[in-house]
Amino acid sequence: MKSGSNLEKVIASGKPAVTAELGPPMSADPHEVIKKAQMLKGFCDAANITDCQTAVVRISSIAAAAIAFQQGLEPVMQMTCRDRNRIAMQADLLGAAALGLKNCLCLAGDHQKFSAAGRLKGHPGAKNVYDVDTCQLVGILKKMRDESKQDGGDPLEVAPKFFIGASWTPMADPIDFRPINLMKKVNAGADFIQTQGIYDMSLFREQMAKIRNMGLHEKTAILAGIIVPKSAMMLKYMDSSVAGVSVPKSLIDRMNKAKEAAGEDKKKARELQEQEGTKIAIELIHQALETPGVKGVHIQAIEWESAIEGIVKAAGLYPRPIWSEPTASA
Amino acid sequence: MIVGQQKPFDEIWGMVKGFKKVLVFGCNTCVAICHAGGEKEAETIASLIRMRAQQEGKQMTVNHLGVMRHCEPEYFDPVMDEVKKYDLVLSTACGVGVNFLSDRTGTIPVYPGINTSFYGAVEAPGLFKELCAGCGNCIVHMTGGICPIARCAKTLMNGPCGGTNKGKCEVGNEIDCAWYLIVERMKKLGTLEKLSEVLPPRNWATSRDGGPRRISLEHIREYEEKEAAKAGK
Repeated sequence: MKSGSNLEKVIASGKPAVTAELGPPMSADPHEVIKKAQMLKGFCDAANITDCQTAVVRISSIAAAAIAFQQGLEPVMQMTCRDRNRIAMQADLLGAAALGLKNCLCLAGDHQKFSAAGRLKGHPGAKNVYDVDTCQLVGILKKMRDESKQDGGDPLEVAPKFFIGASWTPMADPIDFRPINLMKKVNAGADFIQTQGIYDMSLFREQMAKIRNMGLHEKTAILAGIIVPKSAMMLKYMDSSVAGVSVPKSLIDRMNKAKEAAGEDKKKARELQEQEGTKIAIELIHQALETPGVKGVHIQAIEWESAIEGIVKAAGLYPRPIWSEPTASA
Repeated sequence: MIVGQQKPFDEIWGMVKGFKKVLVFGCNTCVAICHAGGEKEAETIASLIRMRAQQEGKQMTVNHLGVMRHCEPEYFDPVMDEVKKYDLVLSTACGVGVNFLSDRTGTIPVYPGINTSFYGAVEAPGLFKELCAGCGNCIVHMTGGICPIARCAKTLMNGPCGGTNKGKCEVGNEIDCAWYLIVERMKKLGTLEKLSEVLPPRNWATSRDGGPRRISLEHIREYEEKEAAKAGK
């Protein structure tokens, strides 16, 4: 075992792994994290704790991960390259490991421009860091863990033992480079991969065939990203505006039909769309897990954590294997 | 070349309105090409300041001047006596020129008339594009001649992020994704396999992070010293 995390143990067992996502609040109140952790606990093997997603200031990933951990939910702390240089990153990694965290997902991070959206002013004028990029951050984690060395070469008496993750957008431009992109992250040391949300399963399977030819599925655990659709509008938006996400027309049509079935009743329209979205998510989970080389699913119910329990149960992925009860004192 | 953009006139007015004798001093190299700060632009700014001064009933003497380069003393040394007659120099040179001149004007302040934007090229008439970041350690032989430091919003070294959308950057549809361009270019060059290697963290000490940089060409400095000694200086 590289880290001994619950996620690593589930993956090593060969059973399909399930990860979910927990977005920390824009406030110093821990109760939101506690509430979401309670919703997710028992229905996933680990939950990603986002690191100021869309560059919006929130409780830091490490702090929220520590809170989730106290609740018995194993966290996957996320770390973007946007906000820290290699000094701050390694200091935070040592701190996170000292707090008992065992999974870390390395990301480039959304550009700070996205922080000003809707009613939010955000910090679009912030300076981004990008001292290192995702591949390099993965390499730093591996060097710390496997060689007990800081990136600069100084020794670490106690190494942080992380199960190292990275993200992968299999269907973004330039699409024929994306397998090489994955290979670089794997060669740098990524133990597991969580993909961008997948709706176009046939295109994903084409990319996975290339990945299998390269043998990458044997070197890393690929968890297919499932973003639970909430409305027809959300699916249309994701199709038109989110990089690397294309949504087949048939799925948008299904959501539209669900919406129309409610007539003028807005509350019912929401409920019917959520039901249909849940159904779609379950189908996508099954299709993803049937794809050779896929070792699990990363289910994102964005600001809808309560949906996870039903989806995981209906997908036949409950109960989750229990290898060790994570405790804050572990 | 160095590309700049004229500051909004209200900002310029805010800087100069408290002075009696103002020289708007243009530079006829890079910033003239991008229509920001050559002698012609200096002349226009000078007349705008005079008009505004007149409107606001302020007594001001405002003139303009231009030299070929603000970054070498030999070009502005001949006009320094003239420059020193003013109580403010509004330089429309790039930031290099503003700093360089400011070190040589004693008690006369030198203020910037333009915003120095980037190292770029003339993509089309009137369109300037950033192509180099001056990071001090060029790697474009490994990236198809396209610089990810200058042209990727995240200065990524090992390939695109997940934000590439139809060849464009997640920051905006008007920005090409540098890594999309790199991949396409290297496919054409038949060198795509070069991108398989993971590039390690960079040493940014060659960039601004090592503090202000200087380059000393010893052979030229020695030669100049010898020549000066010969001439009995």
